[in-house]
Amino acid sequence: MKVLVPVKRVIDYNVKVRVKSDQSGVDLANVKMSMNPFDEIAVEEAIRLKEGGTATEIVAISIGPEKAQDQIRQALAMGADRGILIKTDDDIEPLGVAKLLKAVVEEEKPELVILGKQAIDDDSNQTGQMLAALLGWSQGTFASKVEKDGDKLNVTREIDGGLQTISLALPAIVTTDLRLNEPRYASLPNIMKAKKKPLDVKEIGDFGVDVAPRLETIKVSEPPKREAGVKVETVAELVDKLKNEAGVL
Amino acid sequence: MANLVVADVHGSSIDESTHKTVTAALAIGGDVDILIAGSGADDAAAAAAKISGVRKVLHADDPAYAHRLAEPLADLIVSVAGDYDAILKTAATTGKNVMPRVAALLDVMQISEIVSVEAPDTFVRPIYAGNAMATVKSNDAKKVITVRATSFKAAEEGGSAAVEKVSAAADPGLSSFVGEELTKSDRPELTGAKIVISGGRALASYENFEKYIFPIADKLGAAVGASRAAVDAGYVPNDYQVGQTGKVVAPELYIAVGISGAIQHLAGMKDSKVIVAINKDEDAPIFQVADYGLVADLFNALPELEQAL
Ligand SMILES: Cc1cc2nc3c(=O)[nH]c(=O)nc-3n(C[C@H](O)[C@H](O)[C@H](O)COP(=O)(O)OP(=O)(O)OC[C@H]3O[C@@H](n4cnc5c(N)ncnc54)[C@H](O)[C@@H]3O)c2cc1C
Ligand SMILES: Nc1ncnc2c1ncn2[C@@H]1O[C@H](COP(=O)(O)O)[C@@H](O)[C@H]1O
Repeated sequence: MKVLVPVKRVIDYNVKVRVKSDQSGVDLANVKMSMNPFDEIAVEEAIRLKEGGTATEIVAISIGPEKAQDQIRQALAMGADRGILIKTDDDIEPLGVAKLLKAVVEEEKPELVILGKQAIDDDSNQTGQMLAALLGWSQGTFASKVEKDGDKLNVTREIDGGLQTISLALPAIVTTDLRLNEPRYASLPNIMKAKKKPLDVKEIGDFGVDVAPRLETIKVSEPPKREAGVKVETVAELVDKLKNEAGVL
Repeated sequence: MANLVVADVHGSSIDESTHKTVTAALAIGGDVDILIAGSGADDAAAAAAKISGVRKVLHADDPAYAHRLAEPLADLIVSVAGDYDAILKTAATTGKNVMPRVAALLDVMQISEIVSVEAPDTFVRPIYAGNAMATVKSNDAKKVITVRATSFKAAEEGGSAAVEKVSAAADPGLSSFVGEELTKSDRPELTGAKIVISGGRALASYENFEKYIFPIADKLGAAVGASRAAVDAGYVPNDYQVGQTGKVVAPELYIAVGISGAIQHLAGMKDSKVIVAINKDEDAPIFQVADYGLVADLFNALPELEQAL
């Protein structure tokens, strides 16, 4: 089966963001950008499905700036077969992204789309579920295990109380949780090879879908600051302070 | 104006976070109804009817809702959505799974994990692992919202709302339940606990959690949490994870043991009232948010702490 993997270019997870002083957003100038960590896991899972003989072709897709080609190339270097960039300099909301992905799904006809559960910039955790809704497909979110079982897909999901396993009719949407796998590093020869793999660049206008934002950001502010407190020397002092100063014991 | 809270139903009871999500719904203004979707969940509906400020409880009882599968649950919510201006659910795993599906079916943008209500259409939500707070105004006619429960006070008991049966929506039959492996514990639930003690990579094994963390948790009546590193290494189950991609907690007292304090971990606990950090590295970033820091080897400090309690 063909697998589509959407990958988002986001701020690197090690960077501590700074809020702009005019509260219009966060400062992304000269900040390291990377593939969303959950999307690396999605790419890895697709590759494992291909290595296991379940997947036949892996298409990586990103909606973002010209530079998002870097993240698609990374997916290609890891083992995806080809890439699609839908170029835009605007921030497209999850609903808009899901509508664009739906259009691509209708063209490409994959049997499975694997997304990250959450983009670590907007922390929305929506796109996969929305795409499933728009396509009328089944969804297996927050996956920690994915297995083909005849014409079904068994997905083990991380839920609040532990783990839940469900069986999905195909075609299906899966979103990845952290423990699904550990993504591989691309080797140098594979990085070189990836440069020759096909990468189609499209414009949002090619799709005729409405991606106008529904949410308006009024302001972006600093979270309440927490000051470092005191260091205690001993366990006895700690217990004393918790009892008599903080009153929490 | 009327808002609908979709309760988290576990068997025949409702999750305590429902009370907090009701508070968020009341803050938006207008009447507040609760939807109970479950299988044999009469008691859950009765419990929801007792929450103060609730106008009525809609109760859909069908085997399709027993395991909270996203597709039938989303279709049910959409089938009753016409009567409501805002539809809210706690931002726990069920809400995160089902509500974006509802939003897309209604063609609206979900507002994820709000921490405050500024106006009926304006909300604050954390972005970038809580390193920034965005105030967003929704221009959709209907709002679909998930709520960070720890940011809202629980609504009181004392209501007596009427319970009204609603019919189940047709099950699209896209997914089916295979099995569940739930963590059993007599300790309080992590997100609602007054005290949380969490262990990190430094614990090095499940046996050490058992030997060093659990006895203190039991003395304090505390819930046990963990960093991702500890969960990844298999020391404790996944539902112990506190952080950006795990659970968000805000107890009276949070004790972080052998946890370095990565931003992704801080995202899940920095709203705790009092934070204690025990770490042998005096430069560990966790100390920058700790009210009380103890630079010590946990394997010496924890037995001493257990003795002292
Ligand atoms: C996309 C993404 C999402 C993530 N989400 C989360 C999340 O939700 N929650 C989360 O926790 N992490 C999350 N992480 C991981 C996070 O970045 C850190 O890797 C993780 O929190 C580190 O766990 P730790 O503090 O236990 O381990 P380490 O960083 O290895 O720290 C161990 C600490 O223990 C101390 N120590 C060692 N021995 C002792 C001893 N004997 N006594 C006392 N102290 C000792 C060390 O000084 C050190 O500070 C995420 C990462 C990514 C990329
Ligand atoms: N602009 C984008 N381009 C490609 N994939 C995206 C984009 N936005 C979101 N996604 C996918 O949707 C997942 C969830 O994102 P979100 O709903 O924004 O938290 C991500 O992990 C990606 O797999």
